Amino acid sequence: MEVKKTIDASGLSCPLPIVKLSQGIKEIGIGEVIEIIATDQSFVPDVEAWCRKTGNTLLEIKNEEEKIRAFIKKEK
Amino acid sequence: MNNNESVSIVVFSGDLDKVMAAFIIANGAAASGMEVNMFFTFWGLSALRKKGAKAKGKRFIEKMFGMMLPNGAEKLALSKMHMFGMGTMMLKNVMKSKKIPSLPELIDMAKQLGVNLYLCEMSMNVMGLKREEFIDGIKDIVGVASYLEHASKANITLFI
Repeated sequence: MEVKKTIDASGLSCPLPIVKLSQGIKEIGIGEVIEIIATDQSFVPDVEAWCRKTGNTLLEIKNEEEKIRAFIKKEK
Repeated sequence: MNNNESVSIVVFSGDLDKVMAAFIIANGAAASGMEVNMFFTFWGLSALRKKGAKAKGKRFIEKMFGMMLPNGAEKLALSKMHMFGMGTMMLKNVMKSKKIPSLPELIDMAKQLGVNLYLCEMSMNVMGLKREEFIDGIKDIVGVASYLEHASKANITLFI
């Protein structure tokens, strides 16, 4: 999986990780992948909901050593 | 994105905690591709006052209102545990140390994300607040019919 852009939202609280994701995904093309790193545990259900709501695909989510890494494919 | 979905929020309260909740929801919705319309009325107007801004041609009672109402987002107080300013100050410090965005930051974010901010004209008249006393980026000054038009089309409506 080729990651086009990575956003580090570590240490940031709600709603910043989602806001940064929504801004970052505008900078990549359709079919490309964005990675976002967050430390807020609520980011896991939130990024899932965000993807369902916006119609983008959550390819993978890794929860490792307090860091959550989500990979999202831009669909539209 | 879901351009046809929208959220409509009436911000009636001028309490720091409640206005923050309104902006967190607004920013989350805007970040999820929803259209967001926020209507500021009564005490909620204080949140959008511009720091130190003054308007000419005010009557005595209007000046008094202007002095008594919080002068902008930084001056709002908590709905509970304000404790003459101590509680609010403590909360702001805790939020800063935990990297939680402050209310002025949330308002800037909302503007960047294209959240529409509306002011209620009737409340402005009651409190003697003029257009030039508010922050930049206000979409419009409206009445209840404009609110109802947005709210009746919205998927989510909130009164805070």
